[in-house]
Amino acid sequence: MITYEFLQNYWWFLISLLAGLLVFLLFVQGGNALIFLAGRSERERELILNSTGRKWELTFTTLVTFGGAFFASFPLFYSTSFGGAYWVWVLILITFVLQAVSYEFQGKAGNILGKTTFRVFLTLNGCLAPLLIGTAVGTFFTGSAFYVDKSAVGVIAAPTISRWANGWHGLEAVANPFNVEFGLMVMLLTVSLGAMYLINNIDDDKLAQQLRRSLVYSFGLFLVMFVVVLGQILTMDGFAVNASGEVYMESYKYLQNFLSMPVVLALLLIGAVLVVAGVATTLLRKGFTRGIWLSGPGTVLAVMALFMVVGYNDTSYYPSTADLSASLTLANSSSSEFTLRTMAIVSLIIPFVLAYIAYFWRQMDKRSLTTEELEKGDKY
Amino acid sequence: MLETALVDWSRLQFALTAGYHWLFVPLTLGLAVIMATMETVYVATGDEFWKRTAKFWMKLFAINFSVGIATGIILEFEFGTNFSNYSWFVGDIFGAPLAIEGIFAFFMEATFFAVMYFGWEKVSKRFHLASTWLTGIGAAISAVWILVANSWMQHPVGMEFNPDTVRHEMVDFWALVLNPVAISKFFHSVFIGWMTGAIFVIGISCWYLLKRRETRFALASIRIAAMVGIIGTFAVMFSGDSSGVHVAEYQPMKLAAAEGLEDGGERAPFSIVPGVEVPAMLSILATHDADGYVPGINDLLDGYTTPDGVHHLSADEKIERGKIALEAFGEYRALKDTDPEAAAIARQRLDENVDYFGYGYINSKEELVPPVGLVYWAFRVMIGLGSLLLVLMIAVLWAERKAKLRNMRWLLWAALCSIPLVYIAGQAGWIVAEVGRQPWVIEGLLPVKAAVSSVSVAAVQTTFWLFVAIFTLFLAIEIRILLKAIKQGPQIE
Repeated sequence: MITYEFLQNYWWFLISLLAGLLVFLLFVQGGNALIFLAGRSERERELILNSTGRKWELTFTTLVTFGGAFFASFPLFYSTSFGGAYWVWVLILITFVLQAVSYEFQGKAGNILGKTTFRVFLTLNGCLAPLLIGTAVGTFFTGSAFYVDKSAVGVIAAPTISRWANGWHGLEAVANPFNVEFGLMVMLLTVSLGAMYLINNIDDDKLAQQLRRSLVYSFGLFLVMFVVVLGQILTMDGFAVNASGEVYMESYKYLQNFLSMPVVLALLLIGAVLVVAGVATTLLRKGFTRGIWLSGPGTVLAVMALFMVVGYNDTSYYPSTADLSASLTLANSSSSEFTLRTMAIVSLIIPFVLAYIAYFWRQMDKRSLTTEELEKGDKY
Repeated sequence: MLETALVDWSRLQFALTAGYHWLFVPLTLGLAVIMATMETVYVATGDEFWKRTAKFWMKLFAINFSVGIATGIILEFEFGTNFSNYSWFVGDIFGAPLAIEGIFAFFMEATFFAVMYFGWEKVSKRFHLASTWLTGIGAAISAVWILVANSWMQHPVGMEFNPDTVRHEMVDFWALVLNPVAISKFFHSVFIGWMTGAIFVIGISCWYLLKRRETRFALASIRIAAMVGIIGTFAVMFSGDSSGVHVAEYQPMKLAAAEGLEDGGERAPFSIVPGVEVPAMLSILATHDADGYVPGINDLLDGYTTPDGVHHLSADEKIERGKIALEAFGEYRALKDTDPEAAAIARQRLDENVDYFGYGYINSKEELVPPVGLVYWAFRVMIGLGSLLLVLMIAVLWAERKAKLRNMRWLLWAALCSIPLVYIAGQAGWIVAEVGRQPWVIEGLLPVKAAVSSVSVAAVQTTFWLFVAIFTLFLAIEIRILLKAIKQGPQIE
């Protein structure tokens, strides 16, 4: 029986899936973070940005669709978080806006700011976007300071439902080390993914060597952050919801969630193993370039597991530290049953979309990118 | 307390973003059709000339496309960042088309754009041609869904207000999708794109003719672009006509403002410019009947009775009923857990007045009148320039057919100078549609001032100026890159 509750859970599953795909596709950002670090010469830098440049729109579109899907399925999150944590979202947006034009503009005559500026924009977006998105997602575990009062709509002079409790409007998230660690973890993961994607996508031995070196550092640091963050998640108090919808603090909430949802735990473990396997094989086996196809799917699974553990099993996925009763849960922030049902039907197209993307991806990437192709073919 | 400055700056920021976005989108929609047609000729004839012609326009397309994407993402997220109340109050309806746009349209654009741009050597000719068309079709599908969303704001349908969740909830998805306003807006916007793409291509090609270079390329481009443009312009006129009828029916205040019509009635005249009128023409345009009744601004504010005897409430009456609705809403919320009977009475009072809910936020009836001068003149600029551009395209096509175009330098100059005009016309149209519906973010249900987020005025001012700087810089860079690329030319000859 497809109940309202089932639909809410189904939509949280889709949000988790989109989040997982988004973090995987942030290999574009991770790769761009390496333009100057791994790319020593003009030729190598061109190779890197032309490689990520053929995929960036997919990442961008996934972000936009993630936003749209969140809006359609859990509009109270959209209004509370975006309108409240104003500066965080604006900063994220600006880095993506800078990225959107930089590929096209950097190599063109008449671009006013010069080639290097636009490449710096790409690098900035490459570092900051995953860091900021990760920090924002960290608040799913630690909470944010906001109030929600739906009755405010009836107050003519002040009808705003959601209000942020401080003037920092989201910037205060960095005051909590966990959020920042979460952000760093995501950033280091995307850099590792970026390095592996470039190793796979570009046919150039010297560059590959430099990328492997970057991978050692980024993944080493990632592992440290991952252990630090996971350790905290498993031991921290979490925001639990009781049968009547009241939110309260519960010790070891997320650990308990993992234990009572073995499938989610398995997703996390399989994901983590795949991520490690991809990197380890890349580093240990000479000539192995397919690490991204292990670590990428691993990333999708692990991110999905983290979203599920913070949303399912009577948990508040966007808790308020200013007023626990304002915390957002799947039940109190979702769209109506009719809308979720309608959109669930729409979502049946998603496998088809994924299939054609995969098909054309393969068509376009049958051969790896080489300097020769850039010299004679179309490039940024 | 609601700050007027916050409302104004939030509104201004959205206007800025949407205005900039609408600079880049029409060219994407139109140029896609023109270059896809060119590539079709290439695949059909195998003539390399057509491939190089198509590729040149694709290069310009790509430069413009990226700025459209950059402004577009901000638009989507601004509903949340700056109109958070809106996002909850109608998110149950409004979020759906945005999500569908992402799933159906954006992935298509993203995937096939990459094939179109980088796939010449990687996929077969036909496959590549399909990708070029699919990029354009993806853009058009994206227009469908964003205009479904926009049209719902202009003419909300298929929903019910739920005081328990404090929002409007979707009850009929197909009413939303098949909203008559959405259908005419879709055709109107897409064909404005055809016009824009056509004028862009014609103007640049005429510049080559003036410079006596790339002649074959220029003439071939003009032939295709002028056809697309002329078809587009007629379609713009037809869809504009049905848009007019919809506006008259669903947003009479917007029509009255666009006409500067203070006192309406039957056989309402159409004002060409102040003082010059065509008798009964407005009635014909708005109702397709010379005797049709068109209310003016004063009628809408003071209330009026149409010839069929139906009385339309005055603004004050609507405001009063809106206040009753808001009050009943508050009572219902306060009593629903403690006193179900009293709550049921309040609920009934709310239901009786819910259609006027948004009017409850209005302090005085003057607030209900959009800036008349701006909307009036924007409407005239739009129609005037649109007509001028149609004449121009017909003249260019005729001269090209008669092989006279190359020597008619005045016409070449006129075509070149018309490029900014098509953008001005597009922006003017946007002003009519969006300024003309103020103060409503959702017609009759929610005024802008009840939709904004609770952030500080300084924050919105900061982001406003930041966006001004970024967008303006991008525009300047885009124009400069385009000019350089045009100067370099397709280098076919």
